[in-house]
Parts: sequence; structure tokens; C-alpha cells
Amino acid sequence: MEMLQLTARELSRRIRDGEISVKETVDMYREQMEKMEPQIHAFLSVDEDRLAGRIQEVEEGIKSGRYSGPLAGVPVAVKDNICTRGQKTTCASKILENFVPAFDAEAVKRLEDAGMIVLGKTNMDEFAMGSTTETSAFGVTKNPWNIEHVPGGSSGGSCAAVAAGEAVLALGSDTGGSIRQPAAYCGVTGLKPTYGRVSRYGLIAYASSLDQIGPVGRNVQDCAALFEVIAGHDAKDSTSSQKAVESWESLTEGSLKGKKIGIPKEYFAEGTNEEVKKALTDAIELMAENGAEVEYFSLKMVDYVIPAYYIIACAEASSNLERFDGVKYGYRNMESTELHEMYKKSRAEGFGEEVKRRILLGSFVLSAGYYDAYYLKALKAKALIKKEFDQAFEKYDCILAPASPTTAPKIGTSLCDPLQMYLSDIYTVAVNLAGLPAVSLPCGRDSQGLPVGMQIIGDCFQEKKILQTAAAYEALRGPFPMAWEKEEM
Amino acid sequence: MSGRKIDDATMDNVEILAKLALSPQERQKAMDEMEKILDYVEKLNELDTNQAEPLVHILPEVNVFREDVVTNGDGREESLANAPKSKDGQYIVPKTV
Repeated sequence: MEMLQLTARELSRRIRDGEISVKETVDMYREQMEKMEPQIHAFLSVDEDRLAGRIQEVEEGIKSGRYSGPLAGVPVAVKDNICTRGQKTTCASKILENFVPAFDAEAVKRLEDAGMIVLGKTNMDEFAMGSTTETSAFGVTKNPWNIEHVPGGSSGGSCAAVAAGEAVLALGSDTGGSIRQPAAYCGVTGLKPTYGRVSRYGLIAYASSLDQIGPVGRNVQDCAALFEVIAGHDAKDSTSSQKAVESWESLTEGSLKGKKIGIPKEYFAEGTNEEVKKALTDAIELMAENGAEVEYFSLKMVDYVIPAYYIIACAEASSNLERFDGVKYGYRNMESTELHEMYKKSRAEGFGEEVKRRILLGSFVLSAGYYDAYYLKALKAKALIKKEFDQAFEKYDCILAPASPTTAPKIGTSLCDPLQMYLSDIYTVAVNLAGLPAVSLPCGRDSQGLPVGMQIIGDCFQEKKILQTAAAYEALRGPFPMAWEKEEM
Repeated sequence: MSGRKIDDATMDNVEILAKLALSPQERQKAMDEMEKILDYVEKLNELDTNQAEPLVHILPEVNVFREDVVTNGDGREESLANAPKSKDGQYIVPKTV
């Protein structure tokens, strides 16, 4: 058990020092998976052949000095919308149930180049559309803190895997909060990088202007280390930024002294649960006592972020998901005798309800006669949202807010009212619309024992400011237990 | 807001654009939910956006060009392996004309 408690960097050091082999490390997580998966269902697949080949490669690479980085030898769980060559990548959708990519996503290539290992592919909301991992076509993931509750979503499998000790690090993707909100619900740490920081090559697109891959881990420094591995310019993604990425050490060193932190009053409004508010207020007080300059201010656009987000995200989704037509890959209705009939039936049978709802809505807001009233209006609202953040970052280093208005809801209570589920993303979507980086980390637990997540938001490319602030808070807070450690206690 | 935004004619068009063959029950449910979601997103109409330019790209990155040179391999067989139906190195689809 002791080895399972190590941070990813400490684990890597022991592997590199020869205290534990790569195979023993992978076996340790496989054992934990055997123990936890029957209850949690965080993973969709493990590719035994790829894993075995990779263990040997990494073992040799570490011996030869080819892999010497701070995360060499560490296994990573990867969300199932990130392509892995020769290994099924399903987006938790029936339409891609048997899809085997012919290439690796750039983020996967980079983590392998750093000597890391793809442990398995994790469950998610179908095509990342959802906030609970309940829209997966392959079963619900349970929250390791309480299996009657959802892990959040859409990167629910990645966050639950880390919380359950089945992986020490994971990759997720965040389009409207899909890393930060499940990280909050599962009591783990997750980073949504600035748009353009991490290549989207090989990330199966939901809403291309908002999607971003990011790390999930047990603490801020592990996430910073994985961020350093996957970030940086990639010619294969034309929206990828040329900006240099700093080392994880410099990203996380520093204190709260003199850090100007703004807190949006609107994020503590009536919709936010009292226990969430209390946990956040305590964290804010602790940071203020330790030198942070904290100030409440007004972000008036908060009421408009969900409408703008759903119009833009659904519009892009309707276009991106056109490619799933049963011709080149994926599910096909074999009875169709005519091409268009085949498209329409394959898609109707292959996509789940939430995905169809968003495709329909997106098709409508882009259609002739409605484009200006909905899509163009949403893009203008996005400009105003961005402007409001620009003004805030003239005054503050970071903005601090709850990651979600509540803790994890019970399984089965969210999908009956889509609009209500959309509203649970109210504190996360603005970050995607404005392209900002944000980190979510645990700051307490409610009376049911469920974790509360705090979100630290920065200006574009200011990962350093938010990670430094988060690391400094984390040091004051002390270690936050993982769900599986709670079981052992 | 007065009247339904998603009437039958509009929904016929949306189904064509979305390339989805919905069952009558699915269609009715989708229409009702879309109506509800659209009522909600129309909250944006409260905003004065006359001075705002539509914001598509967040970053000031400009078009990225490269020489038109093939850098990846052939990959035909791997790609075709994913096809529901293929023959002689080509995708097979139902009759089109």
C-alpha cells in the first residue's frame, strides 16, 4: 500500500533508482484495478499487448538513460477520446465501439517520449458531452468517495481512477469544465491549460475552439510535471501556441505573499451550496492569513456564460460529428439500401440521447435564418465575457472560485433535466470561452464526506501564476486523502 | 417569446441538417427539449452586443502555412481496417444513384 501512496515524481525516482521495476509498478496498479474496478468502473479498456511491449521498452530505456525525466516509468490513465495507435478509442460511444486509431495523439506520443506508459483508457461522457459520466454507452463510473454518487464529467473515469488509486496520473480533456468539475467531485487535482498550450492532434473533437487536453493527479506538482511533458508547440495542430513552457519546478515554486487574488461575488450567489461556500471561504481566509491580497469583485457576465457556451459548443459539435457517418469507421446500419438512409440510421442508432440533442441544437443554431440570432449573438457574448476577464486580470494575478456549485450529485438525478445539468457547469465554462488556464484542487469535504473543489483561474499563458498559488495553498492545506486511503483508514 | 420556435417544418429541416433518423417519440421529445433550451439561451438577448465583434479565435495566432509535402506514411490498410465494409482497397457504400 505504501507504494500506492507515493506521488508520481517520487514513484519515478524510485523506478529510476532501481528500487522498484517498471513491471512491478504496473502490476501494482493492475492489482488495485482488480480490486476497485468491479465497484468503480473507471476504465473502458486495457491493451495487454501494448502494455507488455511498453513495459519492456521503458525498462530498457531507463537503463540506457534514454528515459531520465521526472516522470519516467510512471503509468498514466488516458481518457478514451484521446487516440492511441492500435488500441481502441471509443469516446464511450456505440458509434466508435470498435474504432482502432492508426496513430497516437500528440499528447500520448509526448508522454511516451518522456518514458511514461499508457495504463488504460478511461470512461467518460459520450463524446465528452455531459457532466456526470452517465452518458457513457458503456456503463456509469462511480465516485470512489461514495459509489452512490457520480464522479462528475466528462473526464469522470480519469478522475475516479486517480481517486481510487488505480492510477497516479491521468489525461483528461476539458471543453466546459470536464477536467475541473470531476476533479472537484473526486477530490483530486486537475489542470485545464490555456487554449493552444497542448496539441489537440488526436483528440477526437467535440468543440474545437474550446477543447483542451490536461493532466489529472494527486497534487499540483504532479500535474505541473505532466503538463510540462505534454505542452508545447506542435505543427500538426494549427491552433497550437509557439510559447515556451517552463519546468514544473519553476511553475510551482513561490509563496502567496503579495499575490493579488480576485473573488467573483456572483460565484457565491444563492445557487451555490452553503457547505461549498464554507469550504471556499475557509480556504480564502487561510490564503489571506498567509500573505495573499484577497478582494471580492463583480463578474456580471456569469448569467450569460451557459447560454453562450451551449450555443457555441453545440454548433461546433454538430459540425465536428458530421464525420461519423458509417462509411470509413464506426457503426453502420447494415440494412440500409440507400446512402442517405444509411447515414441517418447509422447516426441515429450509434449516437446516444445527449449527443443527438446537442447535434440537433447545433444544427438549428447554424441553420439559415437562425445563425445571426443565436450563433453570431453567442460569439458576441463571448467577446464581452473575454473582455470582462481581461479587465479583471489587469487587477488580479488569479481569480478564485468554486469548481462547481455543489458536491457530487447522486447517480440518476442529473440526466432527467438536461438544462439543470448544464447549469452545474456555470463556474467552469467561462474559462473555456475565454481560453484561460485554470486548476481545480480539493479544499475540504461536505457533511456527507464528499470533496469540495476550488478553482484558481489565470490569464492566458499564466499557468505559472495559478500553479504557484495552488501549490502554496496546497502546502498550507496539507495532504488531501485519496478516496481509497479513506477506505483503508 | 411567442409561439413555438421548433415547429414541424423547422424540425424536418433540422433532421436533414443533422442527418439523424429520429423515431416519432424521439422527435417529439427532442422538439420539446430544444424549445426549452432555446427559451433559456435567449437570455443572451438581454445583452447589448451592438459594439461587440464576434469572437471566434481567442489567441492572436494567424494562419499557419507549411509546404504541401506528405509527411505521414501510407496507412491505407490500417485505415481500411476500421471500415464497416471495404473491397479491393476501397470503401463500400450503398447505392448512391
